[in-house]
Amino acid sequence: MVYLDHASSVPVDPRALAFAGRYLKEEYANPSSLYALGLSAKQAVEEARARVAALVHAETPSTIVFTGSATESNNLAVRGTALRNRKKGKSILVSAIEHVSVLNPARDLQKQGFDLGFVPVDRYGVVDLVFLEENLAPETTVVSVHYANDEIGTVEPIREAAAIVHEKGAYLHVNATAAAGRIPIDVQEDGIDLLTLSGNDLGGPRGAGALYIGPGVKVQTVMPGGGQEKGLRSGTENVFAIAGMGEAARIAAMEMEDEMAREKAIRDRLIEEVLTIEESYLTGHPDFRLPNHASFRFSRIEGESILLNLDTFFGIQVATGSACTSRTLEPSHVLIAIGLKHEEAHGSVVMSLGRSNSTEDVPLVGRAMKETVMRLRSISPL
Amino acid sequence: MEDRPQIGYSKKVMEHFMNPRNVGDVENADGIGTVGNPVCGDLMQVSIRVENDVITEIKFKTFGCGSAIATASMVTEMAKGKHIDEALKITRQDVADELEGLPPVKMHCSNLAADALHEAIKDYRAKREGKKEAIEEPAR
Ligand code: FES
Repeated sequence: MVYLDHASSVPVDPRALAFAGRYLKEEYANPSSLYALGLSAKQAVEEARARVAALVHAETPSTIVFTGSATESNNLAVRGTALRNRKKGKSILVSAIEHVSVLNPARDLQKQGFDLGFVPVDRYGVVDLVFLEENLAPETTVVSVHYANDEIGTVEPIREAAAIVHEKGAYLHVNATAAAGRIPIDVQEDGIDLLTLSGNDLGGPRGAGALYIGPGVKVQTVMPGGGQEKGLRSGTENVFAIAGMGEAARIAAMEMEDEMAREKAIRDRLIEEVLTIEESYLTGHPDFRLPNHASFRFSRIEGESILLNLDTFFGIQVATGSACTSRTLEPSHVLIAIGLKHEEAHGSVVMSLGRSNSTEDVPLVGRAMKETVMRLRSISPL
Repeated sequence: MEDRPQIGYSKKVMEHFMNPRNVGDVENADGIGTVGNPVCGDLMQVSIRVENDVITEIKFKTFGCGSAIATASMVTEMAKGKHIDEALKITRQDVADELEGLPPVKMHCSNLAADALHEAIKDYRAKREGKKEAIEEPAR
């Protein structure tokens, strides 16, 4: 088996799992409880907070709010910031290729009377900074641009975007789900006001996310309750997942440089190998892309069949942005936003690497890909 | 990409996907049907040879998903050896039933396969009518 879909789920790091396990088994108390067992759970959460803060170079651990997932963090960031600052204005901007967990809350706000603008991207998926600058109004409160896109791997010019956004007194929210632990992130140097992180994308267990909220950034809760996490995210803390996320963040900070150099080398060879196939194209940016990420499109064949073929005949797992895998049968909004035609977007394949991948995978995947494309093209009427 | 769920296929669908019957083009076909799916931009082509109004040979090609390949394969199996009137009665539901079900979102794929078959038969009939006229006309 060759698993090449780390953009959708990363297997939990056994070290993070082992570390977190004791908060299910032994130190299971509610962190809000005042007895010793509760305090040690609380301590675990605080330790994780410090580790997550360190990974993204946040000012203090107190800037980190734990949530249940990246989706929740994105909702809190977009909704919570727009609602809290609506006195300044009711205008928000998001890049056209954001994840649905940013796009949908933004559309929701639009229904509530907010002005919503989409920042276009070029054919590599890089946000149009000129458009951003020209469309930032004094009423704009929050701009959301992800660090890197999980479908085409493109890394965005975050620092430049932040400068433009701050010029107009707006906040920049950055979804770093795909980027964290793969490329260095420094919220202070980058000028990021709000940053979304996902526990499982770092190699932690599912069920934890985090939102960095910079000092002085005004956000209101979107889920009132018992007042946990400074009142911004109520609900008993998932200590197990949070502790696991913290450990995964610590491991990522420690090993990212070496591990990503290793994965990038495999990835580069993979791209070389796959592009020897006729009428195959790299999607996303050739240089400004996540080191573990490769994405392609193939003419005249369809992505879901490619995915099924690779899985059933070769035991290789990849993703696709093809319309045929979506509930709505709409092609990926990302591929359409970078200017691909319907039929071009159809033949998309996404390969994202992780720890389990090795150089030995390269010839295997290359051969499998060639055979798959050949087989499906022989069935294609085009 | 958690918004793009994978779709669960029956064993039968996977079997036809892995081992599709009747792939290709019938040479000098008596009828060809090509239909495209406006929703997801796929293409399905069925070509047939007809003798005495019975489909004796049938082949398909498709630019489509796994279920498109499986339904096309299935529809060719179902139509082969059938009188064209019978073959015209094969519905999307028949194909889906033969395949032990399709995910709801994929039902239109079977539609596509059945449509291409019907188009191929119509094409055959149109050509035959045309030929008849061509033969009969001078006699008039
Ligand atoms: S051909 Fe698109 S869903 Fe089947």
